Amino acid sequence: MHDKSVFRHRLLPYLLVAPQLIITLVFFIWPAGQAFYQSFRVEDAFGFSTEFVWFENFIYLLSEPEYWTSVRVTAVFSGLVAVSGMALALLLAVMADKVVRAGRFYQTMLIWPYAVAPVVAAILWVMLLNPSIGIITYWLSKLGYQWNYVANSGQAMTLVVIASVWKQISYNFIFFIAGLQAIPRSLIEAAAIDGARPFRRFWQIVFPLLSPTAFFLLVVNVVYAFFDTFAIIHATTQGGPGNTTKTLVYKVYSDGFVGLDLGSSSAQSVLLMIMVIALTVVQFRYVEKRVQY
Amino acid sequence: MKKTLIALSVGALAISQVQAATDITFWHAMGGELGEKVDQIVADFNASQNDVVVHASYRGNYSETMTGAIAAFRSGEQPDIVQVYEVGTATMMAAEGAVYPAYQLMNQYSDGFDQSAYLSTVTGYYADANGNMLSMPFNSSTPVLYYNKDAFAAAGLPDRGPKTWEEMGEFGQAILDAGYDCGFTTAWQSWIQLENLSARHNVPFATNDDGFTGLDTQVVFNDDLQIAHIEQLAKWNENGLFSYSGRTSEGAARFYSGECPMITASSASYAGVRANASFNFGVSELPYWASKIDTPQNTIIGGATLWTLRGHDESHYPAVARFFEYLSQPEVQADWHQFSGYLPITYAAVELTKEQGFYANNPGTDVAINQMTAVEPTANSRGLRLGNFPQIRDIIDEELESVWNGDATAKQALDRAARRSNQQLRRFERANR
Repeated sequence: MHDKSVFRHRLLPYLLVAPQLIITLVFFIWPAGQAFYQSFRVEDAFGFSTEFVWFENFIYLLSEPEYWTSVRVTAVFSGLVAVSGMALALLLAVMADKVVRAGRFYQTMLIWPYAVAPVVAAILWVMLLNPSIGIITYWLSKLGYQWNYVANSGQAMTLVVIASVWKQISYNFIFFIAGLQAIPRSLIEAAAIDGARPFRRFWQIVFPLLSPTAFFLLVVNVVYAFFDTFAIIHATTQGGPGNTTKTLVYKVYSDGFVGLDLGSSSAQSVLLMIMVIALTVVQFRYVEKRVQY
Repeated sequence: MKKTLIALSVGALAISQVQAATDITFWHAMGGELGEKVDQIVADFNASQNDVVVHASYRGNYSETMTGAIAAFRSGEQPDIVQVYEVGTATMMAAEGAVYPAYQLMNQYSDGFDQSAYLSTVTGYYADANGNMLSMPFNSSTPVLYYNKDAFAAAGLPDRGPKTWEEMGEFGQAILDAGYDCGFTTAWQSWIQLENLSARHNVPFATNDDGFTGLDTQVVFNDDLQIAHIEQLAKWNENGLFSYSGRTSEGAARFYSGECPMITASSASYAGVRANASFNFGVSELPYWASKIDTPQNTIIGGATLWTLRGHDESHYPAVARFFEYLSQPEVQADWHQFSGYLPITYAAVELTKEQGFYANNPGTDVAINQMTAVEPTANSRGLRLGNFPQIRDIIDEELESVWNGDATAKQALDRAARRSNQQLRRFERANR
């Protein structure tokens, strides 16, 4: 009879969760259902002629080498963004944690980029690295290095990764520094007294204690790299050169919103949804086992 | 007291006029200075009469404006007029129930409508199989070559642009020899280096008269001429004689800065070049291969036209026709042409611009119009009508980039682009049959 004493009214709990449920239904379930429905149809842009085609959109996609290129690009890009973004943030967090004087100042400065909108972050890096007017391009050319990301795919990938990582580093940093500050000093001091050097103290005490934070950030960063980097790619490379920076989300956009091929675009978003669900399941089932809470 | 009364009655009069007028919505993709100019043209129109009020609004770039209008149509909120870029033509044409063809609209509601008053190279792009124009021409441009006269003098070159691609190679080499790292660059590579290349050499870009006569079109741009051209560009790309700058008009900045002394770009870039170049510049026609042809064909257009959307109250359409009539007036067109570098869309506007002495005072501004009207357009130089053309442009951009990147040869890239484009055409055919 314990739970009845919490909610006397039978409707109240439903009422309390209703806003969240309605938002989920309207902004997630319903559009996802629409995409699912649309992915089985071929339709002209204005919607005058529609045909139910079963799995034709999916078969077409999966037989396209360009789709697989996009899958590969997304995997490489997300891996680079998540790993380098987290590694750099961890390094910065450890260093900022050690700073005694003006520590707050450094922390604030490191958190700043998060307040920048993705497009603005992208424009900023484009300005620095523009092939004709970028200041870094100019310095590189003084050093004899030709920087032209519109024609060089490796450089284009570097640019989008730098911009995406720079934008996300603050977010990772906040969590890492909070995690670091939650580690009891006594543990580290005890290890120090036992003669453990800083490197060993970090790997054997600090890092395992940070693993829940790191796991959480891994999930968040992969989702970030999949979805939130759209604006960065749109403002910098538009998927080029070739389609070497065309991630899956960017392809959904360019086929659906620019190309008006709603069937293929919807099929892509359904596949993307499945991929992200699968990835999250894998992360929680296998990676989480190595996490110590 | 008296003053208040007068103010009130004036206010009431204004309100009654607004209520009597027909409100027309016009979505366009002209940002920046061009957008301000469009606002001014619309304001002038609104002030010129009391029956129609046009509300113009900027809706982002071309593809955003078009997809916005289509989404609005699907939810019944469409504008009366929408500006659509040339690659959207096939999509708009296929949507018969959504579009009020311009020739029908104008014949119905405008007394003095005569399609032959408009440049045939412009209307041809937007005409149905019977030659009737489906949308109202507004901002059309065509590729030309801009060159840096100061750099030419420094390299010991004559005071004119290269006429042919062969000359382009010689001039470019002279520029490199003079110490530049870049001979020339290009904007809009698919439009200029493939679509216009084909038209200018009277070679098909696609079957079915470049897509005008049926949906079962195949692209054929992976033929000898195009492969040879891209191969040559790839060779030039290796030593910097040609340097790629990006898919749209990013290369303009490299021309402005003096880095690349030549650029093939849109005639509508004229205003930008004039405003940004700190050197003397000249404009000349888009080169052609003298080894392939003696007389080049006309070039084809880019830019956008105005489409009328159905689904409004009948009273809207005479108002739209009246606005189109205003836009077609020689004074309005000549002013827009001289301001922007877009082509004047009527012969009368060309004449007026001549009379006003604009071409004489601004050498090079008539290059585009001469290039467009020098010869009669053929089936290969009338324009392109391809379904899913926005994707096809993307595909061509991607594949050409793999050539500049050194990952593919011209033939490999064009063959792959053709295969992928044909898939897009089949998908469009499937969705619209």
